[in-house]
Amino acid sequence: MSNASTKPKAGVPNPLQWLGSATLGMLAEIGRLSIFTGKTIGASFSPRWYPAQIIRQMIAIGFYSLPVVGLSAVFIGAALALNIYSGGSRFGAEQFVPNIVVLGITRELGVTITGLMLAGRVSAGIAAEIGAMRVTEQIDALKTLSANPFRYLYAPRFLAGILTLPILVLIADIIGVMGGWAVSTMGLGFDSTTYLRNTVDFLTWEDVTVGLIKAVVFGGVIAILGCYHGDKSSAGATGVGRAATFAMVGAAVLILAFNYLISTLLVDFGS
Amino acid sequence: MSSGPLLELKDVHKSFGPKQVLKGVNLDVSPGKSLVVLGGSGSGKSVMLKNALGLMTPDQGQILFDGDDVTHDQGKTREAMRARIGMLFQSAALFDSLTVWENIAFRLLNSDGLKRKEAKERAVESLKQVRLGSDVADLTPAEISGGMQKRVGLARAIVSKPELIFFDEPTTGLDPITADAINDLIVEQTKALGAAAISITHDMASARKIADEIAMLFEGKIIWRGPASEIDHSGNDHVDQFVHGRADGPIQPAL
Repeated sequence: MSNASTKPKAGVPNPLQWLGSATLGMLAEIGRLSIFTGKTIGASFSPRWYPAQIIRQMIAIGFYSLPVVGLSAVFIGAALALNIYSGGSRFGAEQFVPNIVVLGITRELGVTITGLMLAGRVSAGIAAEIGAMRVTEQIDALKTLSANPFRYLYAPRFLAGILTLPILVLIADIIGVMGGWAVSTMGLGFDSTTYLRNTVDFLTWEDVTVGLIKAVVFGGVIAILGCYHGDKSSAGATGVGRAATFAMVGAAVLILAFNYLISTLLVDFGS
Repeated sequence: MSSGPLLELKDVHKSFGPKQVLKGVNLDVSPGKSLVVLGGSGSGKSVMLKNALGLMTPDQGQILFDGDDVTHDQGKTREAMRARIGMLFQSAALFDSLTVWENIAFRLLNSDGLKRKEAKERAVESLKQVRLGSDVADLTPAEISGGMQKRVGLARAIVSKPELIFFDEPTTGLDPITADAINDLIVEQTKALGAAAISITHDMASARKIADEIAMLFEGKIIWRGPASEIDHSGNDHVDQFVHGRADGPIQPAL
């Protein structure tokens, strides 16, 4: 058989070949990302550390994300309260607004919204910064100056991610609940004291810890996806732009997937 | 130190997918000597330099540093080698999140564990050697010109008194006068340190000024090597074409 017959003609892609190469490409990518993750975690939990870099990243990732996290949480909490009130009123269950708002915020929405907002703000930002360092040879320069990029660049971002996300989520939880409270007391006729008492009485530690465990995982995902795509960024403005896009999209999808996975593992479905 | 070459590349091959970039490079530099490697765009100069520095690993062949095979070194041994080497990157590659003096003192602060005050004094001293005042020490790389960035890159390369310095296209992107000043500084500072130097460039004026020896890289191999004084009488068509900058000849322009 001639060689030509095994190759698809130009412009007419063979769907099986496309599927095969896409699958292989995806497996190779998962492999590379796993190795990168292993190296980053290894560097994060063994000396030497760069404390100044960790603090700098905690400020960049944590502190400067407060406005976006706070604003997102207050609107989500407010909208949630409105929807539960409207939906609940169909079967006379309006009084459950505080309970469902606090459950929805602490278990799901607080952490998911924080994670998704930070996938945009932080993951893409890290990818662009590391990508720019890659294409201007700063990462090579680090190595020639005897600094390991995994220790100097990636571990501080990873540690800052897993340490600050739980704090941000806790703040998002509180602000989200307060958003629901504000709408309920000002617009829906709830009594402020009763609303808050219902919230606090209904809330269990488990609801909060499930959210915080998710936050730690999401913090790691956000940092690692940013570092990974920045590190393998190709030259030029397009290369860095693509790195930022891939980091943001990858982090967002992984956050939603891990959210489901952790819920499956941690939520008690028993009686 | 052994009496042999300080750095030696033996039959180094490197490919990227189907593209063979280095096809058996043999090159060495003796302590205190300055070797310039000429080559056109895409001839594999940068890849050769990255292999020599250990930023890439050759597919085949050996890199010897001070007589030791360092081809596959990792971790501590690799860092020990790099502690004896300085590098000036083409784009200077200064860390833009750090000030000028923190860039120069990076190794002193992060590897050698110097106190900040002492490290800054060393950095300012290094700045003086590249004719920059202490007033630029607290600026960031974005606040200084391209020529000054090159000088700061040079200051960073020499601050820990290396035995070998790599220069990647040291004059690219500079006007002829600034380029000449950088060439002068390179000669002056490598001589002052007694360091060996390997420079890659396509700038003939720069090569003539800083080289003791010149080698020419073409299609992944060293095709000529000789003393800098013989560059105009190399008897090699490829070298002649390059030296005189003609589009016609055995080398096809990389368009």
